[in-house]
Amino acid sequence: MKIVLIQLVLIGFVILTAVRLLRHRGARTQAVRRVGLMLFAALAVWSILFPSVWNRIARIVGVGRGTDMVLYALVVAFLSFTLTTYLRFRDLEARYTKLARRLALDEVGLPHQSETVPERQEQPYAGS
Amino acid sequence: MNDSRTVHDSTSHDSRAHDTWVVIPLYNEGQVITDVIAQVRGAFDQVVCVDDGSMDDSAELAASAGARVVRHPFNLGQGAALQTGFDYALSDPTMKYVVTFDADGQHQIADAIGMVERLRVGEADVVFGSRFLDERSSPTLGKKLVLRAAVGYTNMTTHTRLTDAHNGLRAISRPVLKQIRITQNGMAHASELVAQIGASKASYVEHPVHILYSDYSKAKGQSLWNSINILAELILR
Repeated sequence: MKIVLIQLVLIGFVILTAVRLLRHRGARTQAVRRVGLMLFAALAVWSILFPSVWNRIARIVGVGRGTDMVLYALVVAFLSFTLTTYLRFRDLEARYTKLARRLALDEVGLPHQSETVPERQEQPYAGS
Repeated sequence: MNDSRTVHDSTSHDSRAHDTWVVIPLYNEGQVITDVIAQVRGAFDQVVCVDDGSMDDSAELAASAGARVVRHPFNLGQGAALQTGFDYALSDPTMKYVVTFDADGQHQIADAIGMVERLRVGEADVVFGSRFLDERSSPTLGKKLVLRAAVGYTNMTTHTRLTDAHNGLRAISRPVLKQIRITQNGMAHASELVAQIGASKASYVEHPVHILYSDYSKAKGQSLWNSINILAELILR
């Protein structure tokens, strides 16, 4: 087997990405995700060394060529990435909205608590 | 001090005003907000403006016009501002009704009074303002089509029957308000509100209101392009 430069570059890239992802996940990362990531990385290395594996997969699922198969997989992966990112952002938005609302309401106090006009400053909570 | 036979100043204690909070989402309306609040306070004592991170002096003007001002630390969107106003009103145990009112001066206070009156006599739990029940409002053709499409979509997805779902003038009674939780920060909140009211099985009626399309509100208001954004927000919720 003859290793070409592009294969080395790609393998290095995959390993770096996997390591980075593992490192940045923190303590609560689920083991399943890690195993999945390892498998994915292994598959990536495998398919770099033996590009024909994609051809075999493509033939099994009835797609013409391995390159097409990779493209389809990429499209699916990209769409799922877009979706999870969208959901995560929406979740984040809901959180900071709650936080901002709480801040705003605390700043102004309860309706009949003070008759003064609120300024942008801390308003002590007179918990009578 | 002054002659308050016709003017309701902040010290007037007419009972009709004290169980109602008028919620006004406020975002960069410095030009008109003083007049709008003065007009509202002629009929309702308790006005809460939710300043949604305005870049102009809207919040200060609203405060000096006599409104309570709740200030978002940064811009969150009109839906978020409404919910903040609802939370504020709900923290007042004597509140029975809430009116949502636009800050740009396109609503008439007489309509709001009529709507609260219908809540008060127990006609319904929620009163929606509709500009399509009579001929007073004259939206442009494009706007009319967009609003019709929007209400068609809302009716279809929420099992309600309304003629104008995207009207900022509404009157809501306390028990219903407690069940509402707007999560759509952007403009899709109008449909979300209708959906939640529909799901709560609250009774609702529509009230004919006059939308004043002044040059100011036309320049500030929703462009047709934005209706595409609203539609997208609705579908992607």
